[in-house]
Parts: sequence; C-alpha cells; structure tokens
Amino acid sequence: SSASLLFLSRASLPTQRHQVHRKSVKKGFEFTLMVVGESGLGKSTLINSLFLTDLYPERVIPGAAEKIERTVQIEASTVEIEERGVKLRLTVVDTPGYGDAINSQDCFSTIISYIDDQFERYLHDESGLNRRHIVDNRVHCCFYFISPLGHGLKPLDVQFMKAIHNKVNVVPVIAKADTLTLRERERLKRRILDEIDEHGIKIYHLPDAESDEDEDFKEQTRILKASIPFAVVGSNQQIEAKGKKVRGRLYPWGVVEVENPEHNDFLKLRTMLITHMQDLQEVTQDLHYENFRSDRLKRGGRLSSHGYVLPLSPAYVPVCFQLLPLTDSRAQAVHLDG
Amino acid sequence: LLLTRLLVSPLSSPERSVINFPPFCVDSGPEVYVGIDAILEQMRRKAMKQGFELNIMVVGQSGLGKSTLMNTLFKSKVSRKSVLATSQEKIPKTIEIKSISHDIEEKGVRMKLTVIDTPGFGDQINNENCWQPIMKFINDQYEAYLQEEININRKKRIPDSRVHCCIYFIPPTGHCLRPLDVEFMKRLSKVVNIVPVIAKADTLTLEERDFFKKKIREELRSNGIDVYPQKEFDEDAEDRMINEKIREMIPFAVVGSDQEYQVNGRRLLGRKTKWGTIEVENIAHCEFAYLRDLLIRTHMQNIKDITSSIHYEMYRVRRLNESNTAVTQANGIPEHHLSAHEM
Repeated sequence: SSASLLFLSRASLPTQRHQVHRKSVKKGFEFTLMVVGESGLGKSTLINSLFLTDLYPERVIPGAAEKIERTVQIEASTVEIEERGVKLRLTVVDTPGYGDAINSQDCFSTIISYIDDQFERYLHDESGLNRRHIVDNRVHCCFYFISPLGHGLKPLDVQFMKAIHNKVNVVPVIAKADTLTLRERERLKRRILDEIDEHGIKIYHLPDAESDEDEDFKEQTRILKASIPFAVVGSNQQIEAKGKKVRGRLYPWGVVEVENPEHNDFLKLRTMLITHMQDLQEVTQDLHYENFRSDRLKRGGRLSSHGYVLPLSPAYVPVCFQLLPLTDSRAQAVHLDG
Repeated sequence: LLLTRLLVSPLSSPERSVINFPPFCVDSGPEVYVGIDAILEQMRRKAMKQGFELNIMVVGQSGLGKSTLMNTLFKSKVSRKSVLATSQEKIPKTIEIKSISHDIEEKGVRMKLTVIDTPGFGDQINNENCWQPIMKFINDQYEAYLQEEININRKKRIPDSRVHCCIYFIPPTGHCLRPLDVEFMKRLSKVVNIVPVIAKADTLTLEERDFFKKKIREELRSNGIDVYPQKEFDEDAEDRMINEKIREMIPFAVVGSDQEYQVNGRRLLGRKTKWGTIEVENIAHCEFAYLRDLLIRTHMQNIKDITSSIHYEMYRVRRLNESNTAVTQANGIPEHHLSAHEM
C-alpha cells in the first residue's frame, strides 16, 4: 500500500549513516512487531490505523463460550509496504486469548516460547554455513496494551512485562485513550511510570538525540520521551469534522480525531516507531539476542531441542566456540588448541 | 396485599368498587362512597414515618467507575471510597465485602441506603471461584433474616440486610461478554436480582454500543441467564409490556460523574474532554437516566418484592427442607414421607 508512513524527513544525513541508509533501502527492512493485551482494547484497530492497512480482513471475534475453551494463540500476519522506494516487510504477531480466561496464570508461556523460538532459529541460522539469506523473524518490539479503565497496572500486566522485558523491547501503550479526560490521562501515565519503576520493569528507552542532530529532531525526541507511555486512539473511519474529513470516532458529544495531538498520542506513537525502527532492531540484536545467545551457550548442550542439530565435524566447527558441554574435557582441549 | 383483604367483591368499575352491602340509608343513590381508598394515604404516611431500606451491591473489576456511579445515582458521596479518608486504590489480594450505610432524606421520605462493595473481584491473575465470597455473603443475609423470622419472640420489624439488587459492571470492550462475566451472572442470577450495566460507556460510539448490547443479550439468552426484570416474574400484561421495553434496552450503557460543568448556561453533571462534554443525565449521550429511573423511580419496590417473595423464599424452602431431611434422617423416617412445604 502506498500509505504515508514515513512522513518525518530529516534535513541532512551524516555521511556514514547515509551510506548505511542507502544499502538498507536497497535490501529493504524486516520488522516484527508483537502486540499483546486483553481482548477489546482496540489492538487490531490501532495496528490497522498505524500502517493504514487492513491486516485482519477475515476476522471473527469469538464469543464468551469459545473463549472459555481457548488458550493463547500466536498469529503472525505479514504485509509488504513500499514507500518512496523503501520496502518494509512488516510482520505483526498477535496473541489472541491473552488475559481472557478466568484463570490467566501461565497464559503467556506460549508467547515467551514464541520469542525464544525466533531467537533459537536465528542462532541456528547464524551458526550455519550459508549465512547470506538469514531471515530475521526475531521480535523487535512488543506493544503492550494497558487498559485505560484501571488505576494503573494490573497484576497480570506486571507479571507479563517482567517475564519478557529481558527478551524484547517493551513499549507500553494506554489503549482507548478517549475514555480519559486530560487530567485522568496524566494521572494514569504518572501512576504507570511509578509502578514500572516500583516493580523494576525495563521498558524500551528512546535514545537521546545525538548532538549533531538538528534542533527540531532534538525537540521531537524530548517530547516523545516525556509522553511515555503513549495514550492512543485508533480508527480507520473518516468523519466530517470542522468542514474537513478526518480519521476519528464520532460520539454524540463530539469527534475524537486520531491524528490530533491534542486528542491523543497516536502521532507520537507512530513517529516513535518509524524513527526508531532501526534502533529497535539494534537493541534486539545487541542486547536481547546476545543475552539469549550467551545464556543458551552457557547452558551448553546441542541446539537440538527443536530439531536444529549442528554437525560436530571438526572441519566445520568454528574455533571461537564449542557446543559440547563445558564439563566435557574433549571440548576444553579443542578450545585451548583453537 | 393489604388492599386485597379489604375488597369484598371484584371491582365493577375502574374508579370505584361497589360493595354488596345493603344500602346504608334508603335515600342514598346506587353508588356509595365509603372511603376505602383513604388507605393509600395511611400507607403513605406510615411509609414516610418508617422510612425504608435499600441494599445495593456493586460488582466489577477495579476501575469500572462503581463508586462514581453510586455517587451519581444518589447525588451524594455514598460510596466507600468517598467516605474513607485513605483512598485505598491498591487492589486487594482477595475479594473483600465492604458495606457502608447512609441515611438519605428527600421530601420527607427517609431511606437507609446500604452500598455493598466487592473490591478485588476479577482483579487477580487467577479469578477462579471469585464469585464464591459474594454468593456466601448474599446467602448469609438470607440466613440472618430467616433466623430472625423463625424466632419465637420476633422483632416488630426485622432489619433487612438482604441484597435487593446486584449491579454487575461489564467492561466496555465492545466485543462480547468475557468468561468471567458469564460465570458470575449465571450463578448469581439464581439467588439475587442482577442488573448488568456497561461501565464507562463513553468509550463506545452509538453504533458500537448497539452492537455490543445485542451481543450481550444474545449471550445472556444462550447461557440461560435471567437478569432483572426476569420474564417469569412479570405479574400481568401491563407489567410485561413495561418490562419487555426494559429487557430490550438492557444492559444500560452508563457514564458516571460527580463533577458539574457549565453547558449552555446550565450546570450539569458530566465529563469534560477536548472534543466535547459528556452529559451524564442526557439520554442522547448515555443511559444513566434509564438506570436511575429503573432502580429508584419506578422499580425500587418491585426489586425489593422479588427479593423477599422469590429469592428469599427459595432460600427458605431449601433451608427448611435441608433441616427436615436432617431431622427425619436422624429419626429414621424415609424421605418420601416428607410433606412438601407449600410456597
């Protein structure tokens, strides 16, 4: 779709970044966004609004009876978006069933397994012989939807975020923000930030603008950082308001405009995602993946839990590491001979 | 009930009853006015003197505006949160049942309103059986009343702590009921009047609201959940007509507020946002006024009647049968010799 996705243009790009930029443009970007939250928080509407597309054309929402039977599912939808010559292969991973059951204990083990599986797969591919076409399906960012109705985080919110904050970049989002007055919104944001602090939850931190960036960009970064968590409203309906057509929600008492920064933080969330896609991928690679990898290798054993078995012929095994358990004296010997 | 004992013949005209007594005086005409309808005034005066009790329970997850709605309904700070100095917003680890009573007076009529709050309901990660403490509380009130009733020396007026109505708050997801909602209402609708409401309904457009309501009514039907006003307790055709209209509208989509704003020169209860002000008592905005009318202005007595003559009686029958069974079993009398208690 030819949507207006990348709207913030940078006036000047430092040369090195420019070269990287040009190479990425040719190759295209891959980005995986996971979306987690209870039913009915407007997740699908928001995703469709963000990417100006309908990722869920044949969607059927199950009734309460079906929900009782269900466990958490993982559903990935991939869409290719091209804009101004830049190709983005976006995968959105949904987690229907999260938080629906009466007993939500362990409702997210499926989600954690999925994240780990992508790391595992990448580790396997990275360790393989032919590494030219490694597909990166690792989850680069997780939007966690918080209900605007409560007084802050729920016990499940805390438990889940703590379980994944060392595996993926967590971006908390206050859903359906048009439920709140401005004062209620500010109070809720402060409450959530306090509780995130209190429970030691590590959410994704926007890096400060570098000193060589222009003032506008620096100011934008400051505003973004100050608005977290973003309180958003999504919609794909065009409403007539003040003589023009806007994307919004029509109520008897007025129209909530999705792209009006005075009404909600939708534009901020979109800007944050677009201008930090690269950084989100980097942090996933340099922090979350490396943590996974070093944990995995320290634990030792072969990468065979999912059927990915590395050949152990000495001709192949790279000298920097061995996957035999460290207690194996053979392994130690090979390592030392290096 | 009082009135039926006084009429000795069926009404032959809509305005006045003609009683088959011989004429009081030969000269008087065929229509004699005795003044029986003066009883209505006597009842009214007695009710004013006595005052009456209303016990409302509110059930729903934290943050659904239960306290605010109670305050809005009775135009005073009646909720537990308003009364307690420390606004405890921390979610309790288990469900607590907290009652708070207020004496409200309006135009000489006194009401003792008790609001029963259930903090902790539905807020845990594991909410299995979270309806049990609530069920137990309701049954405990029936038990307390029963114990007073079977006393040899009874009180003139048995204090009524029975839950007359349980307002169940449904989160405004716009999709359908959640498993927790279905489980709770299925069980509790058998022992108490349940009035489901869509909480914080200002998050739904009118279209979304109608879709949601239809979905909810479907799910209530398919799960055999009878919410108030229950079809089987409609007394006559007139009742049925009024109640059908209500049944087609529930659950009411409500918004609560205890703050006033200036709107078109009037001070109104509402919520002020950047895109408009939501007027709580404006039926074009939300259905709060319908809920208020149902609970207070039109069906309050009916809610109490159904509680005492149906829910409580069912409890009583069950309890007395249980005791009977226990006694006869102890005495070695087989169960089928028991006579059924008439109700």
